[in-house]
Amino acid sequence: MSKKPTTKKTTARKPVRSKKSQKVISWKRADGRLFDELRPLKIESGVLPNADGSAYIEMGRNKILCGVFGPREMHPKHQAKPNEAVLRCRYHMAPFSVDPRRSPAPSRRDQEISMVMRSALEPAVFLERYPRASIDVYIEVLEADGGTRCASINAAAVALVDAGIPMKDLVAACAVGKIEDKLIVDLGDYEDKKGQSDMPVAYMPKLNKVTLLQMDGNMSAEENEKALNLAIEGCKKVYEVQREALKKKYGIDQPQDRPPKEFPPEEPAEEPQNEEGPE
Amino acid sequence: MSKNNIVSHLKQKKISEVLSTGKRMDGRGFGDFRELTIKRNILFKSEGSAEVWLGKSHVMVGVKVGTGTPFEDTPDEGVLMTNAEFTPIANAAWEPGPPNEASIELARVVDRGIRSAEILDTASLCIISGKLVQIVFVDLYVLNYDGNLIDACSAGAIAALMGAKKPVYSVVEKEAKPTGEKVPLTIRKKPIAVSVIKIGDNLIIDPTADEEDVMDCRLTVTFDEEGNICTMQKSGSVGLTVDEIKKCINMAQEKAPEIRAKAIGD
Repeated sequence: MSKKPTTKKTTARKPVRSKKSQKVISWKRADGRLFDELRPLKIESGVLPNADGSAYIEMGRNKILCGVFGPREMHPKHQAKPNEAVLRCRYHMAPFSVDPRRSPAPSRRDQEISMVMRSALEPAVFLERYPRASIDVYIEVLEADGGTRCASINAAAVALVDAGIPMKDLVAACAVGKIEDKLIVDLGDYEDKKGQSDMPVAYMPKLNKVTLLQMDGNMSAEENEKALNLAIEGCKKVYEVQREALKKKYGIDQPQDRPPKEFPPEEPAEEPQNEEGPE
Repeated sequence: MSKNNIVSHLKQKKISEVLSTGKRMDGRGFGDFRELTIKRNILFKSEGSAEVWLGKSHVMVGVKVGTGTPFEDTPDEGVLMTNAEFTPIANAAWEPGPPNEASIELARVVDRGIRSAEILDTASLCIISGKLVQIVFVDLYVLNYDGNLIDACSAGAIAALMGAKKPVYSVVEKEAKPTGEKVPLTIRKKPIAVSVIKIGDNLIIDPTADEEDVMDCRLTVTFDEEGNICTMQKSGSVGLTVDEIKKCINMAQEKAPEIRAKAIGD
């Protein structure tokens, strides 16, 4: 997707790889990646003019837009909670995002992903700050290429921060899978379909907590532990890209939209002489 | 598309006031279009795609070619379907759910523009007569709303269709199989829709979201490249005089070639 020329991109074009892996692993994956190598990852925040917060992510060929609205009044009202805000997620795929075309009506899969996304993001948000309010996270998948739920969570976390919602931590997500009895990180569409198992994981790096954990396929307990550690390593790499995306927009060394506030030299303040008139 | 946002009386008054001076809120003249940017074929998984920016309005158009059974009354003809989706990220007031009136109108107006200009040779989309035909889906996906979606989507639909490729099928013993080859769709005409809206006594083109919210009515006219009118659609609950309609058509006709040039990328 293209952006207006004025906006800036955060790119991690060079694949991130650990030195250890290059020694041990000799085989390469279908797309030439190493076993623990992420696809090219690009996140940009503040892309939607009408949303309170937004993010655009390209994770491999996945192209996903996320918009956050809120905290705003809950509609319908009876869904509001008296003690905290309600985080609502909606995962939706464009009809042209997959082959063959899919119906735009929400499927059971969409609803399940919306639900797990909510539970992955909720622990990171200070919901108790906004009783009776709703925070709406809308995900639109423009092009899907395996691992959309992880990519969606990554975008949603950045968009929530962009909306100015107080967060305990970012949430980074990354999938691990098994193909030909080997563990691999960040599965593409091909690996997702041909592989033996798929395990999406979302993780809060600072709080050191896993907020999403799903697994399909088969893995031994030993493999499972290894896979989880690999996933967390992947999440940490994603986390850095998320941080960069936010720094690009909000960092101190970046040119700001507004000039920094200049404080006027201190002068003895003159008392206003009842200029406002009677109430 | 209108009445999505609550516009204060003050804003409404201000818009009319500024219009009475011959200018618009964003400084444009009545007949000026906002900047239109169209990018083609940016998605891998769809047969054709276009991304349209019209001012701050942002639309993604995806073309998918599938197969299905033909309609009973046209057994030798392929099917063209246009669908519009208002995503909730496009506007704070839009909610997820089944298509509403405005999105159906958008899809219908764009669809009729394409259909009545007969831009696709539907006979060439037939694989097995009466059994299997190709279906061309045009999905209009609104990503940000700032008015005039009909014009943006119509230009985007043409741009996406012109870049689209359909898979080729071979029929062996009444079994259709894709050959793996893809050929461009044959596009016979390039219809372009231009909308004119009326606020008070003023006729303006390419309205923003605010202008659409306070508009009295809208007339959308679709032209082919010879200047013939393919479709017209009036919406809004205020009437137009014959003179006004003529004026609208003239304004729209002047603008159409410019938009078409952008859409087809000449």
